[in-house]
Amino acid sequence: MNYLVAFVLGILSYALINNVVLVRFYGICSFVGVGNKVKSAASMGIAVTFVILLATLICYPIYHFVLIPAGVPFLDTITYILVIASLVQVVGLFIKKHSPALYKSLGIYLPLITTNCAVLGVVTENTDSGLSFLESLSNGLGTALGFFITIFLFACIRVRLEGSKTPKAFKGIPIALIVACLMAMAFMGLSGVINL
Amino acid sequence: MMEKKKSAHFQSFVSGIWKENPLFVSLLGLCPALAVTKSLEAAFGMGILFTIVLVCSNVLVSALRKVIPDEAKTPCEIVIIATFVTLVKMLTEAMLPELYSTLGVFLSLLVVNCIVLGRSEAFAVKNGVVDSLLDGLGNGIGYTIAICIIALLREVLGTGMLTFGETFTFLGGPHHLYILTGPSATPVAQPAWDLSLSFFQTPGGAFLVLGIILAVLAAIRNCKAEKAKVDARLKKAAEAAASKGNPTPSQGGQSK
Repeated sequence: MNYLVAFVLGILSYALINNVVLVRFYGICSFVGVGNKVKSAASMGIAVTFVILLATLICYPIYHFVLIPAGVPFLDTITYILVIASLVQVVGLFIKKHSPALYKSLGIYLPLITTNCAVLGVVTENTDSGLSFLESLSNGLGTALGFFITIFLFACIRVRLEGSKTPKAFKGIPIALIVACLMAMAFMGLSGVINL
Repeated sequence: MMEKKKSAHFQSFVSGIWKENPLFVSLLGLCPALAVTKSLEAAFGMGILFTIVLVCSNVLVSALRKVIPDEAKTPCEIVIIATFVTLVKMLTEAMLPELYSTLGVFLSLLVVNCIVLGRSEAFAVKNGVVDSLLDGLGNGIGYTIAICIIALLREVLGTGMLTFGETFTFLGGPHHLYILTGPSATPVAQPAWDLSLSFFQTPGGAFLVLGIILAVLAAIRNCKAEKAKVDARLKKAAEAAASKGNPTPSQGGQSK
């Protein structure tokens, strides 16, 4: 029971308080790059969620049962990036076979997940701070959830920005970053709600 | 011929610094630019390490460009980049442990930095070793300058002073350069006056500073474009006036 509570609180804390994009600064490139299309933001969020979860599940045993016994923990970065790259390929093939419609809507965002820092960031964070399997999983789940929430909200706000009058110099990315600043301030208000 | 070649090399070096600055113009590598820019020293260290990784991977990718098959291009590049990142990470951990702990995960995240992968994908696989080296160096310096500007603003506005020697311990104990606060004898004592806003040290401040810098650059670009437009219009008007003025006398001359 205690584990369950810690697990759920961990997910909430990683999703809302230590938000991936707004507090830990992972995956800003895709965050800004997806732009103002709500649908592609949602697809991107789902795809990243998939990959983060699978990467967490696979990289934990690899690090603890392969790299450490073999005495080469310093190879973690290389191993992880290879795992993530092949994972993205496999997930892409799987989606293509079972749901061509989803594959089409994910489009170019699928290969871009390999270079999304959120995936490698979570996995590296798990091993660097020596989290247990359950904690790693809650970090993965929470991060994925947080990424989805943030990127979706951001896309919705940017749709509204399209129709609003912004100063000429702020058009496009600068005003998007200001919006991100306000969102970060809003999320900062949640800090201290859950103490782990 | 020689002159031309030299200028082409120089071009690939310079364009990365200003005209095609990877951060301010292409908007790549935003994650470290926002995450490690709390202090100028950390940002500078990140920039240097980033430049080392970029130059090394660019050179190796370009040297191996004829060996690497086209289908396996991206995986090979990623492995090359990851190797250099691991090397740089281990060297930093051994020689500058403070910098290593300040940068944390973002040192490993250099592997998926869009600039490193982008340069080797867009430039190194198509160009010679020397050009790739200069391109890497130019982009690295451009990126270093860009994140140092952000870090300078954030540190001065956020803490009111610049601190040296905290991350680079070989500079000897922390030296403070007070800018927005009154000098304090000890770090604990409250300074006489303090104009800093700690907001700029928070994540929100990072987004704000980068947004405003980009807006200023866009404003400058808009002004230049406007000026070019006005100049072109004036030139056209002058030409039209000249061509209007010219034919009449010549026609008059013919009729005479």
